[in-house]
Amino acid sequence: MQFACKSASMRYSGFKVFLEGLRGQSGWKPVWRDPEPKQEYDVIIIGGGGHGLSTAYYLARNHGITNVAVLEKGYLGGGNVGRNTTIVRANYFLPGNSEFYSHSLKLWEGLEADLNYNVMHSQRGLINLFHSDGQRDAFARRGNAMINQGDDAILLDREGVRRHLPYLDFDNARFPVYGGLFHPRGGTARHDAVAWGYARGADQRGVDLIQQCEVTGIDIENGRVTGVQTTRGAIRAKKVAMVVAGRSSEVAAMAGMRLPIESHVLQAFVTEGLKPCIDHVVSFGMGHFYISQSDKGGLVFGGDIDFYASYAQRGNLPMKEHVMEAGMALMPMIGQARVLRSWGGIMDMSPDGSPIIDKTHIEGLTLNCGWCYGGFKAVPASGFATAHLVATGELHETAAGFRLDRFETGRGLMDEEGTGAQHNLH
Amino acid sequence: MRLTCPHCGDRDLREFTYKGDALALLRPDETANPQEWVDYVHNRDNPAGTTSELWYHGPCGSWLVAVRDTTTHVTHRTLSLAEAGK
Amino acid sequence: MRVAGRGLIDRDRPIRFSFDGKPIEAFDGDTVASALLANDVALMGRSFKYHRPRGVVTAGSDEPNALISVGPGIDIAPNTQATMQEVYDGLIARSQNRWPSLKFDAMAINDLFSPFLAAGFYYKTFMWPRAFWEALYEPIIRRAAGLGALSGAPDPDRSEKAYAHCDVLVVGAGPSGLMAAEAAAEAGADVILATEENRVGGRLLSERETIDGESGDVWADARVARLAARGNVRVMTRTTVTGAYDNGTYGALERVALHVTPGEGPPPTCFWRITAGRAILAAGALERSIAFPMNDRPGIMSAAAIRTYLHRYGVSPGQRIAVFGNNDDAHRTAADLTEAGIKVAALIDTREDATTSGDWPFYPGADVIETQGRLRLEGITIRKPGGGTLRIGADALAVSGGWNPAVHLTCHMNGRPVWNEDIAAFVPRENAVPGLIPCGAANGVFSSRACLEDGIRAASDALTALGRKSSFVALPEADDTPYRLSPKWVVEAPGRSWLDLQNDVTTKDVTLAAKENFRSVEHMKRYTTQGMATDQGKGSNVTALALLADATGRTIADTGTTTFRPPYTPVAISSMGAGHSGKGFAPERFTTSHAASVKAGAPMIEAGLWYRPSYFPEPGEATWREACDREVRMVRERVGVADVSTLGKIDIQGPDAGAFLDFVYTNTFSTLKEGRVRYGLMLREDGHVMDDGTTARLGANHYLMTTTTAAAGPVMAHLEFVAQGLRPDLNVRLVSATEQWAQFAVAGPKAQAVLDTLVDEDVTDADWPFMSCRDVHVSGVPGRLFRISFSGERGYELAVPARYGASLWRLLLAQAESFGGGAYGMEALNVLRIEKGFITHAEIHGRTTAFDIGMQGMMSRKKEFIGKALAARQGLLDPSRERLVGLRPKDPQNEMTAGGFLFERGAAPTRANAQGYTTSVCYSPTLETPLALGFVKSGPDRLGEDMRFVDHLRGLDFAVELTHPVAFDEEGGRMRG
Repeated sequence: MQFACKSASMRYSGFKVFLEGLRGQSGWKPVWRDPEPKQEYDVIIIGGGGHGLSTAYYLARNHGITNVAVLEKGYLGGGNVGRNTTIVRANYFLPGNSEFYSHSLKLWEGLEADLNYNVMHSQRGLINLFHSDGQRDAFARRGNAMINQGDDAILLDREGVRRHLPYLDFDNARFPVYGGLFHPRGGTARHDAVAWGYARGADQRGVDLIQQCEVTGIDIENGRVTGVQTTRGAIRAKKVAMVVAGRSSEVAAMAGMRLPIESHVLQAFVTEGLKPCIDHVVSFGMGHFYISQSDKGGLVFGGDIDFYASYAQRGNLPMKEHVMEAGMALMPMIGQARVLRSWGGIMDMSPDGSPIIDKTHIEGLTLNCGWCYGGFKAVPASGFATAHLVATGELHETAAGFRLDRFETGRGLMDEEGTGAQHNLH
Repeated sequence: MRLTCPHCGDRDLREFTYKGDALALLRPDETANPQEWVDYVHNRDNPAGTTSELWYHGPCGSWLVAVRDTTTHVTHRTLSLAEAGK
Repeated sequence: MRVAGRGLIDRDRPIRFSFDGKPIEAFDGDTVASALLANDVALMGRSFKYHRPRGVVTAGSDEPNALISVGPGIDIAPNTQATMQEVYDGLIARSQNRWPSLKFDAMAINDLFSPFLAAGFYYKTFMWPRAFWEALYEPIIRRAAGLGALSGAPDPDRSEKAYAHCDVLVVGAGPSGLMAAEAAAEAGADVILATEENRVGGRLLSERETIDGESGDVWADARVARLAARGNVRVMTRTTVTGAYDNGTYGALERVALHVTPGEGPPPTCFWRITAGRAILAAGALERSIAFPMNDRPGIMSAAAIRTYLHRYGVSPGQRIAVFGNNDDAHRTAADLTEAGIKVAALIDTREDATTSGDWPFYPGADVIETQGRLRLEGITIRKPGGGTLRIGADALAVSGGWNPAVHLTCHMNGRPVWNEDIAAFVPRENAVPGLIPCGAANGVFSSRACLEDGIRAASDALTALGRKSSFVALPEADDTPYRLSPKWVVEAPGRSWLDLQNDVTTKDVTLAAKENFRSVEHMKRYTTQGMATDQGKGSNVTALALLADATGRTIADTGTTTFRPPYTPVAISSMGAGHSGKGFAPERFTTSHAASVKAGAPMIEAGLWYRPSYFPEPGEATWREACDREVRMVRERVGVADVSTLGKIDIQGPDAGAFLDFVYTNTFSTLKEGRVRYGLMLREDGHVMDDGTTARLGANHYLMTTTTAAAGPVMAHLEFVAQGLRPDLNVRLVSATEQWAQFAVAGPKAQAVLDTLVDEDVTDADWPFMSCRDVHVSGVPGRLFRISFSGERGYELAVPARYGASLWRLLLAQAESFGGGAYGMEALNVLRIEKGFITHAEIHGRTTAFDIGMQGMMSRKKEFIGKALAARQGLLDPSRERLVGLRPKDPQNEMTAGGFLFERGAAPTRANAQGYTTSVCYSPTLETPLALGFVKSGPDRLGEDMRFVDHLRGLDFAVELTHPVAFDEEGGRMRG
């Protein structure tokens, strides 16, 4: 279902770009408004990151709910959606995750047309390398699960990997490449554009995007949410959704909740621009290292979290070096590439490494959190499912596994890494 | 980053392994109700600020509690588990 | 052109290198940039987006334009700043991002289309048709983008990494850094003085000023010679401190040998991790430009850089140089040029009230509004205060827009700098990085005298913080002229005014971003790519910020700034990842039988950090399977030996050792009799299986636990945590003994006969029932013998101190061979255990419970143990969970694979229909059929059921039967013997 746009919108196209070129770029309109917060909304979404913005967008687009405010304490898209390694994939294998990420990838594939915004979703193919028989078996299970789900996967042997990635160290590696799981529909997208595209789409449909507005309290009366307190005053709402991965524990605490979340720092890196040299997304099976090359030419790569709790959005040298070391081990041809910038994001680490999209014990209050370091690819389906939950009160079928009570019941745990309930090990 | 092992002194982060909130030391009694157990294993205060954490100093095998700020990474103090238990 | 009699270059040491194939004459002490300017090469690169001709702008590590690839051969370093690359004989420099040549670049056509390629244009187009993005648009964009190219060959990985410790780290060796280092050293502190330059002196090398009556370089060299002689100061030149991290740790890149002809000598770079009690940031300041129309032509440079080229390299970038500025440094530049005999075409000062004492055409209150020249500057047009314009011929233009303190390191912990209206620049926020003390120009202090003084002050602060007393240090005589500037960011005039020269960001891009409501400085940066080039906007960010502030009606302070993040200057992956290519990535652990196994031709495979033999090929065997089948039969029929030393061995002693084990294992060990062994199952606190293995009771207070190879480390840490944190009431001590013992499995009907020949004691069945253990002697050597089996055959494991491992292996092998047996490898070991339904981490993969693997009976009801509470969660005991089963194909020709899925017969192979999956597979030569272990919903209740096995990836689809996991000798009679 698609509802008509509420506010006047400006369509983007090659023709429009051409026309504005002739007019000296004089005709472009603000990509979103900067409204003052109203006194009351039907729905308040706390968090103007990827997930919050997509939730707002799908509330309007799928459910016709447009009396919505997105409250962002900083600037739109300033959290993890703007500081990740931009990988988009649907290569999960456990029920609950499989259907969700499969749905997300389908949404990605139609996102540009849907948003009328080029998020540069590039399905260049993702290859997960394996380095032992045991890893091969685990990836075989993953690949078969992907095909069971209707997605794509190809098991490459060593020679198959060599055809795609001739620059890997095939001769002298400490952990030789045995093969890889190839996910042709996997790839990357331009992260900021995703936030901006959803923001613009939501704004065009009448959603108020309110920046520099930090939520300081959640109002609850008789077990029911009634609004929020913010740095720009109190705002009433019939429903409130907490979509603040990275800060989930702090915001949930305002509603008296204690979450199964621990915050950790994940670093990422980009090199100076280089002529094309890596055409895929490549993931090392032995060294927590993944890499792709941006359209601008920078090698974008990352590794594991720093392993200690942190809200600092920055990491330390040991993990930085470890990531570079893994790069040298896997593909020593990148040795002369220079790292230009490194940064860190705050990861909502959950006990099974999978997210939570669920109602809470407080009526009208919805929770979306626990994306660990896999939140970027989930942005479309997460917003889709959260909007569905907020609008209908029912879990969406593609996200029915992300229940908060699974840790209590032990049912439907989705521990893809198999490392158990220690938050930082996922 | 550096941490102080109660036995070995000031050491580089590379020598340590993080486990999580020091509440892991407060293991419920066998008779505790299931909710207490679920809480113990899964739920965390996870403050943006000062917290107590468990770390393992691999070279000497000591576990320790670090009282550390998660926003500034300043470690206020570290204690051996024997000290922490007091 | 070279200026006679100037510069710190060694004119007696000529050097030849090449640029784009053309030979270039230089002198020792030159950079590529100074040498090119000396040879009148103004054009050094092309910009990123529009491929516009660009020349060098700076003389330092903030250079955005003059990026070259430095060769030769496989070591090509793309995007190297010509301003930082010192020349050496044979250096090969190439320009980048142009085709076919630097002078004629076909991609420069982009510039013609620039009206259509404004900030963020790509977000608004290229959306249709959908398939064209990957097929057409993206490849074109990727090819056009990027700057230099990697060679494609593996890096030789010759760089190194090192650690250093000091009381005081001084970053920068200009006047403030030198004084700080001296003051700290005088007080007895251990000091590291690091500068990214190849010599000390900093800005003093670039000016005519004197310190204590000496020229800057002479003064600096003398100071540093005295410091170096002290013994407590380490001077590190060519060393850039790249990042500030927690608790006084800093990353620093030393360019050890990038300035000499590549060879087998010292490593190219060394990446230092420096731990400092305190650090002093004396990194100076970076001159910024002014945005005016067509301010990007080759020949338009920073005024400070022009002085550097003149005084340090004896080079002038032109013969008629115009100077444009908003502060007194413009006048200093004009004076220096004139003094050196270079014609100053004009001095244009944006300040209407400015005066001059020099003999040059002077235009106060004027602006540069246009420039001429294609591949290098030919002239400029200025607009006089009255409004009239004037064209002035010039082959270079020196621009000074003021100075930005190099605050970067102070921002590495997210501390934002503070706007200082007096100097119209950001200065460090106090205590932004704990323990990092800014001083001198980096702290917004600009005269030489003030910098010297501030260096002493910073050292005093550092010493106080370290609890040391300061010593008196005399303040040298130096210039103390105040810094006067009137902010001028942008010249309002028609035409394109460039901000980020590398990324081709113009002032219009910034105002367009503001117009489209990308008002946040972060939005503006990301939308326009301002400051995202290789120089990270060192010279242009503040100007862009001022423009954004103006366009959005805010002050600069309110607009804020983006965050500077590490590294300060780019660091090669081969530097921070040094030494880890190839086998250097991780340590290699070898068993005592390793050499013998390699000699026997066994392929060695990685098992964690260990290597283990895959199989031991015999002549005539064409495939691994033939060897494996033979080894399995050998064990089942005669005897085999295998090295099992990689399994973790944890020695557990103390009066409460039994109680401790009861707590960490699901089953009971306190009741185990001395001399007996028991299989144990260990859970995580969340109720899932952590590890398994056998534990032997060697004495009343002495146990030896065996872990799986992979879990040895984590289990040790876990046990220590339990002992120290959860059960400090128990008197128990743990020590890892994995590497102290070599341990070999001897399995098969003839195992006892083999042991009889080697073990000094009699190994009778009466003394050695199944699951017994005891100390023994092996040819006189004290050892341990365990009667345990992972093969299902009569089996023993014989352990000796590791130093006897190699010889025991040799003896065991010889004895086994005399009984018709031999060595068996991991493949056979795997088949033997699958036939017996024994599990490994393929089955206990972190998501399975004791219930899932059919071991719920091992979870004692009588005692507390780790994981007990959460293992009782309903969801973990649901009979419909995927539980362990055996599998066998209906047609023995069909071999299963691990990772395949199981469905009900006739059901479509979809996620919704999946009933389970396979984890371990083998061909059983014993039973002459393929076998598998796997997990199936309600599996144990469905034995005998036929299912559909599908492996989409390998194209397999056939019927299998669910069986009991133990396929061979279910009663275990063979191993109990």
